[in-house]
Amino acid sequence: MADCGSEGVAVIGNTDITDEESQDNKNNMVPEGSPLVRKMEISVAEAEKRTGKNAVNMQETYTVYLIETRPADSVAEGHNPAPDSLWRRYSEFELLRNYLLVTYPFIVVPPLPEKRAEFVWHKLSADNMDPDFVERRRIGLENFLLRVASHSVLSNDKIFFHFLTEENGWKEAVFETGFQAKSDSRLKALNATFRVKNPDKRFSELKHYSDELQSVTSQLLRVRARVADRLYGVYKVHGNYGRVFSEWSAIEKEMGDGLQSAGHHMDAYAASIDDILEEEEHYADQLKEYLFYAEALKAVCRKHELLQYELETASQDLASKKQQQEEMATGTIRTFSFKGMTSKLFGQETPEQREAKLKVLEEQIKEGEVTVREKTSECEEFVRNAWKDIERFKEQKDQDLKDALISYAVMQINMCKKGIQVWSNAKECFNKM
Amino acid sequence: MNAGNPNWLTSSGQKSIQDVSHPLSAEESVLSSPDIGNTTISLGEKDLSLLNGTPVDPSSPASSSSLLNRLQLDDDLNGETHDLFVSVDDPKKHVSTMETYISYRVTTKTTRTEFDLPEYSLRRRYQDFDWLRNKLEESQPTHLIPPLPEKFVMKGVVDRFSEEFVETRRKALDKFLKRVAQHPVLSFNENFSVFLTAKDLNSYKKQGLTLLTKMSESVKNVTGGYKLRGRPLEFAAMFDYLEVFTQKLGTIDRIAQRIIKEQSEYLMELREYGPVYTNWAAFEEELQKPLNSVSECVTNCSTALEELTDDMSEDFLPVLREYVLYIESMKNVLKKRDQVQAEYEAKLEAIVLRKEDKLVVPMDVEKCQDRMECFNADLKADWERWQNNKRQDFRQLLTGMAEKNIQYYEKCLAAWDSVIPLLQKKEDIKVEN
Repeated sequence: MADCGSEGVAVIGNTDITDEESQDNKNNMVPEGSPLVRKMEISVAEAEKRTGKNAVNMQETYTVYLIETRPADSVAEGHNPAPDSLWRRYSEFELLRNYLLVTYPFIVVPPLPEKRAEFVWHKLSADNMDPDFVERRRIGLENFLLRVASHSVLSNDKIFFHFLTEENGWKEAVFETGFQAKSDSRLKALNATFRVKNPDKRFSELKHYSDELQSVTSQLLRVRARVADRLYGVYKVHGNYGRVFSEWSAIEKEMGDGLQSAGHHMDAYAASIDDILEEEEHYADQLKEYLFYAEALKAVCRKHELLQYELETASQDLASKKQQQEEMATGTIRTFSFKGMTSKLFGQETPEQREAKLKVLEEQIKEGEVTVREKTSECEEFVRNAWKDIERFKEQKDQDLKDALISYAVMQINMCKKGIQVWSNAKECFNKM
Repeated sequence: MNAGNPNWLTSSGQKSIQDVSHPLSAEESVLSSPDIGNTTISLGEKDLSLLNGTPVDPSSPASSSSLLNRLQLDDDLNGETHDLFVSVDDPKKHVSTMETYISYRVTTKTTRTEFDLPEYSLRRRYQDFDWLRNKLEESQPTHLIPPLPEKFVMKGVVDRFSEEFVETRRKALDKFLKRVAQHPVLSFNENFSVFLTAKDLNSYKKQGLTLLTKMSESVKNVTGGYKLRGRPLEFAAMFDYLEVFTQKLGTIDRIAQRIIKEQSEYLMELREYGPVYTNWAAFEEELQKPLNSVSECVTNCSTALEELTDDMSEDFLPVLREYVLYIESMKNVLKKRDQVQAEYEAKLEAIVLRKEDKLVVPMDVEKCQDRMECFNADLKADWERWQNNKRQDFRQLLTGMAEKNIQYYEKCLAAWDSVIPLLQKKEDIKVEN
């Protein structure tokens, strides 16, 4: 039954591709338990600019986003209650995501929209306060909340719920979880990559895939922005025809009217590119989300490496302890060691000393065995959980990107239709000359 | 209409300039007056080439009847001659030790009785066309001679033997001959018949050409310095029109070039854009086909774009260039007309100064006036024809441009339309499962 949700979405995507709403089915994750999104309607309704004082008492301008929530069943029953609402800053979204990353290391945590505009065609402002940018970020943040809210695990997190429903005290609650302490230990993961001896093949492949996904999406975004720039140029230069045709028409008798109105169509043609490219930015945002998702995938891989590394260290430790025990028991030294050297130089230990040491070793081995067992099961559980979420992610990704490509194709089709329309109008005018 | 033409043409059009040079130069020596300096003398010499070849006898009504003929011609402006069809095709490269050149096949089909055969086909090279144009300019000084494509091309910048260059030139030469063939006066010019029919053009070419070309050059040089009493309003308006039209044409040419440049750059980016999708497809499973089909679609669109750009640079730009030259030809004729008027005014002035018997208007002054009026009539007729041609040519050119753009968008539309089912296909299978 788990596939029901995605099937339903696929059908919708099929039957009506031109419908904007159907493109919004990003939240088609397999429900497990009951994701929050089923119980609550969530939206980021608006953005507002504010000025205030920051930590070092400096004046700063920032944007806050209005989060609105409503119980889903009341909406279904036809009531239309006023939504609960609260304001959050981008930095609070960041904090929420960091918290989720640390708390759920085995989950591909949905990425946030970019902090600063990247990969935009030159006509679009890269300014953080630009209304278009703020609006696109609003959509991106809403998308993030919906993705989290529809995730079977993440959506049931209390801190997340708090984030949505209670404006005050949220930050304090987050810090109380002590997630930062855990996050500090994550730093170790940086070096784990090079120390892991027996990397899990699946995770190495996944990491490789994330690298490729990241590089290809960023390349695609770069080239697409350049394509948009050039297309913009082609259209805008046509606008000059509008002016020159109108000037020329002034000295013509029979041709005048045709030229004049053809000129208007050329103006319209040049102007049409603004909307076309504005719409295309939506596609760029969809690609961008997956560029950032690649990073989230890598994070899961890194955490696995860390666990694997800890397991390997523990096993190594245990193995060396066991070897020591064997050496002491048999009296042979198989490998060269400083300890062996000192015992040779300074004479043998007393039997009592040996006995005590063996005891300690035995204790340590027991502890080591427990640690290894724990680490093994932790690792296994992580792999199991992570893999489940990765499978879910893959399915989501395939569906999302297919939808994105379809909507991109639809945009191109609309652009072509507009082009045909404008040029047909112009042709009619030219024909009358 | 055509029945009347040959009669009139035998009396004017087909007379070559040499036939009338003697009587006129005799007149000249009689007329030279002290008030008008060297300029007039050189002008007097020039009017050899300005005279339409019609020996004007003021005492007979011949002049007015020839005027009447011209006026009748005016009425038939739109009905161009349709009994002579010429075309230029099949360029061939000739390589010899001396030189390398391109020859073109000139095919003529006609029902005119002046021609011995209904059909001719022979090969001509650019310099033959050049000879024809010079001959036409000499023998029909009161008429607008269509332009030839530029003779000189920048070495190194343009490859004179490249397929595109030869094809562009072929089209221009074809256009030139068609314009001449459709002209009710020029098409009966004997040099034109020679050009279309003579097996060996060189023997004609040798007949005293050099002196006359030099003279027509000097015509152009002198004109600038001569002040007219009053240019009739209609001709002044023509000058003004040409001035503005040249300007607008220049602007259109620049816009078109800029568009071609922008499109080429757009094409370059698109060529990079498509393969990114292929690269992506290489490491995806589910998305492989959708991504590949998008890549293919982008490739199809770039092919369509390339065709559009090629059409613009090969078909659109050359027509604009031809019109720039056409305007130059028109300006030259207008200037020549000014000279004839100037000459008439000078002579009239001389009479007034001499205060001779007012009852007798000297014969040569009357001749001069007649000549001017003939010129005016010819010019007006050609102007109307030119305006008409221009309207048709630009209607065709601009409609063609619109059509090419429509075709481009239709190709892109078809490509994107065909991609959508491919993008949805996988989902169908999924739903079935």
